[in-house]
Amino acid sequence: MNTISKIIIPLFVLLIVLYGVKKKVNVYDTFLEGAKEGLIMVFHITPTVIAMVFAVNIFLDSNFLEGALKFLEPLFRLGRIPIEILPMAILRPISGTATLAIMNDIFVNFGPDSFIGRLASTLQGCTDTTIYVLALYFGSIHVSKTRYALPVGLFADLMGIIAAFVITIIFFT
Amino acid sequence: MVNFIWFGLIFIAIVYSFLTGNIETINNGILTHATSGVNLILEMMPLIILWTGIMKIAEEAGLLKIFAKFLNPLLGKLFPSLPKNHPALGYIASNIAANMLGLGSAATPFGLKAMQELDKDNKHKGVATEAMITFLVLNTAGVTIIPTTVIALRMMAGSKNPTEIIITSVLATSISSISGLLLDYFIRRKRK
Repeated sequence: MNTISKIIIPLFVLLIVLYGVKKKVNVYDTFLEGAKEGLIMVFHITPTVIAMVFAVNIFLDSNFLEGALKFLEPLFRLGRIPIEILPMAILRPISGTATLAIMNDIFVNFGPDSFIGRLASTLQGCTDTTIYVLALYFGSIHVSKTRYALPVGLFADLMGIIAAFVITIIFFT
Repeated sequence: MVNFIWFGLIFIAIVYSFLTGNIETINNGILTHATSGVNLILEMMPLIILWTGIMKIAEEAGLLKIFAKFLNPLLGKLFPSLPKNHPALGYIASNIAANMLGLGSAATPFGLKAMQELDKDNKHKGVATEAMITFLVLNTAGVTIIPTTVIALRMMAGSKNPTEIIITSVLATSISSISGLLLDYFIRRKRK
């Protein structure tokens, strides 16, 4: 697995450069042209990235989520949902690094092969950070009217989270 | 919507930490998290510049068109509003492929470039088009066949079978993407 993913990128680059030369493209100049576009792209997304990272991180710092979840805990105990997984499910659309950290904590505390460890792994792999991706992609082209994009994205996340629970139960118990 | 979420995150964070006497942390946070944002940009910058450069060669050589043609049966159904030879399709195809292989760092530049191409024939600048939203849903669902980061962390945590979660992840992410795309499809159809 690891060797395959290590081969893909170099092979991909080689293929493109070779094909470019074969098609008589001036590969160096074309690369510079594209790279310049990339630099402008970075310039355009910088404010969005700083805005999102800032808001998400002070939200995490405030410990609001822990407070709110403590309040809801009895409810979830009744449903026999492992409480440790909840912050991860809630944060999944907002912050990829935060959920990755929670997943690692779960691995340390319960082991990666425990039910909750497998559930956390599936949850991490099942969707991307919707709000961040949305802000980044639309921010890069200055689209502020996102219409129905966010509700649809969050709906997909919710279905993914529910699916992760159900599938982990089916496969591993 | 993003406007509201951004406000909500900041409002809750600051008011809640005032109420719980956590002012010290939030005060430090405000001063340091802009730096975290810049660090993230600095991490992404070389990859974005490198991949947009490489992909420009692929575009000029006509490789992206071939790739898009290969995925045309699928893309045609997902993006009925785009003509078959739209320049965005090659980048969309590359973005999907990179995401599937778990090459997130390459997927982002392709995705940003695809958005740029889609925006070129956007008649109402500042407003998302149907194709943009479909593409976004596809991306936020994050179809990943090999969740490389998760597998690596499982391995480090001493899992007996680090890759056993591939099948459950693929199933969950497929259900997530299919539900998102179906909802997107029904909304589009209802609006016509």
